[in-house]
Amino acid sequence: MKSLKRRQIHDRFMVSLLVVSTIAVLLPLIIIISHVLIEGFSALNVEFFTEELGSPSRAIQGRPTGLVHTILGTIVVDFLALAIAVPIGIGAGMMLSEYPEHMLNPTLRIMNDTLNGMPAILKGLFAFVLIVKPMGTFSGLAGAVALSFVMLPIIARATESALLSIPWTIREAGLALGLPRWRVVLSTVMPAAKTGLVTGILLAFARAAGEAAPLLFTSFGNNYLPDRWYGFILNPVDTLPQRLYSLAISPYEQWHSMGWAAAIVLLLFVIITFVIARFLTRNKMQQA
Amino acid sequence: MKPEHQKDSKTSVNEVQKLPNIIYLWLGDKIFSVVVVLLGISIILLALGMAWVLLDEGGLALREFGFFSFVIGTTWDPAVQLAFGAWPFFFGTIATSTFALLIAFFPALAVAIFSAEYAPRWLAGMIDNLIQLIAAIPSVVIGIWGIFVLAPWLRDSIYMPVYVWAETNAAGLLPILGNPIGYGMATATIVLALMIVPYTTALAKDAIKSVPKEQREASWALGSTRWEVMRMAVLPYARGGIMAGAILSLGRAIGETMAVAMLIGNKNTLPFSIFGAGATMPSVIVNEFREAVESLHLSSLMAIGFVLFLIALVVNLTAAYINRKLSIGGGQIL
Repeated sequence: MKSLKRRQIHDRFMVSLLVVSTIAVLLPLIIIISHVLIEGFSALNVEFFTEELGSPSRAIQGRPTGLVHTILGTIVVDFLALAIAVPIGIGAGMMLSEYPEHMLNPTLRIMNDTLNGMPAILKGLFAFVLIVKPMGTFSGLAGAVALSFVMLPIIARATESALLSIPWTIREAGLALGLPRWRVVLSTVMPAAKTGLVTGILLAFARAAGEAAPLLFTSFGNNYLPDRWYGFILNPVDTLPQRLYSLAISPYEQWHSMGWAAAIVLLLFVIITFVIARFLTRNKMQQA
Repeated sequence: MKPEHQKDSKTSVNEVQKLPNIIYLWLGDKIFSVVVVLLGISIILLALGMAWVLLDEGGLALREFGFFSFVIGTTWDPAVQLAFGAWPFFFGTIATSTFALLIAFFPALAVAIFSAEYAPRWLAGMIDNLIQLIAAIPSVVIGIWGIFVLAPWLRDSIYMPVYVWAETNAAGLLPILGNPIGYGMATATIVLALMIVPYTTALAKDAIKSVPKEQREASWALGSTRWEVMRMAVLPYARGGIMAGAILSLGRAIGETMAVAMLIGNKNTLPFSIFGAGATMPSVIVNEFREAVESLHLSSLMAIGFVLFLIALVVNLTAAYINRKLSIGGGQIL
């Protein structure tokens, strides 16, 4: 046995090692955020939110360019994806929590985890085959479907755990009053689990909103605003993550700084969603 | 709920009153359960459909070259020979993600231990939030930072000095080091490590938190120092969860696409070198899919997607298996 003195020194040494590692891990985060903030804010201007991108020559000649079509496209595609993913995800989550004895549940759980563990790029390829190939054109709809594949497993899992956190006694109370099962689930369990559901949906949304890989082969990208409103759904559409990628790998200096501006808008969009989700869970925990 | 029993009642007054109830109770429940189960089944179908679609679309290439020859084939030439082998990308994926996990594992474990066991509550909360924030940063944002900040910095202050030193002192190392252009395997690995730290940390922390209090108290009672409690009582108990978390993080690294595609330099032929350009399976799909015109080329990219699907599946199942085998009760076996 080592002497107590040596053991204590060893103990101190390990603590300091832990502290140093923690700082070393958190430091890059602070560096990344600060770079994006500094570069992004200096590149932001009013035109960014009002003009469309156009051809590279527009930026090189110093004419006003922006990403208004990208921002609108992102909103359309993301919310369309949400509209597709929420009903299916909540339904699957309900199946896991409200019909725990269902014979398909173990399979569903494995498949849901498999889907969640799959790289997002494969979901893009899948949506390409499902939507783009039959339609014959890249489209916002295909992008939304690809993103909904990203959201689905997260929403299903979050729904399951949110609904399971509601005690069975509440369901029994409803059934004892003579309510049918579907009313019990929709009118007592769902409202009680509201916060958990919304948090899960927001986290899924934040995750999908940052994905670029599935969008490259589905919504493809577009330098201009569509002529008609449904152009956002049926034609190739620009989205922030995918545009950010194209700007960053482009050879034009002006587009690089616009890339930083896109980065800060995307980062704020994702982080605000994320923070709202966290804030909701925190309130819920305080109530409990 | 026995609607048949109610249907049988002969009095007409009862019949009229019970009818809406039958719809409300019996039919409502039926419809609800059918809808919910159909939605659940649609997720099962999606997962299966994904595998099937990738296999089907990659079928042309897999039939042309054969599955194993495709995986171990080293030539990827979409222009002249139209020969496709996935080995460079397979190798690039495994190499970058494995090294990324090796770099990320111990710092991530340290953060998990520190925030679970040492830090006061407010600090632990802050660290957790920051870690989750790293996980929330979109991959493309890390990519643009990597292109314009990290890669040039690494090139100027690390790769170049090492390369210049090797030129004069150890010329034999030069082919292994490769061109220090800044965009290559090493940069991609470093960024991957940064991106998987939050997952490894969060999962390791869950595992550490799930160790029962008695386990620690027993060790304290034997007169252990704090670190000894950690090392002898807590970490062995949490081993299964920590390992499973590490493997899940490896899965993340394997599938990570955008940041890697932006930083790895994109070179389709072996040999890859440490500083030099390389490619991974997701990065080659991103780079070539939109430009692929030959159906064999397109099919080969889909086949790479199928191989990637298989790898991700194996990694996820392994993590689940380790978690079950090594944790709590199973921990006594090893």
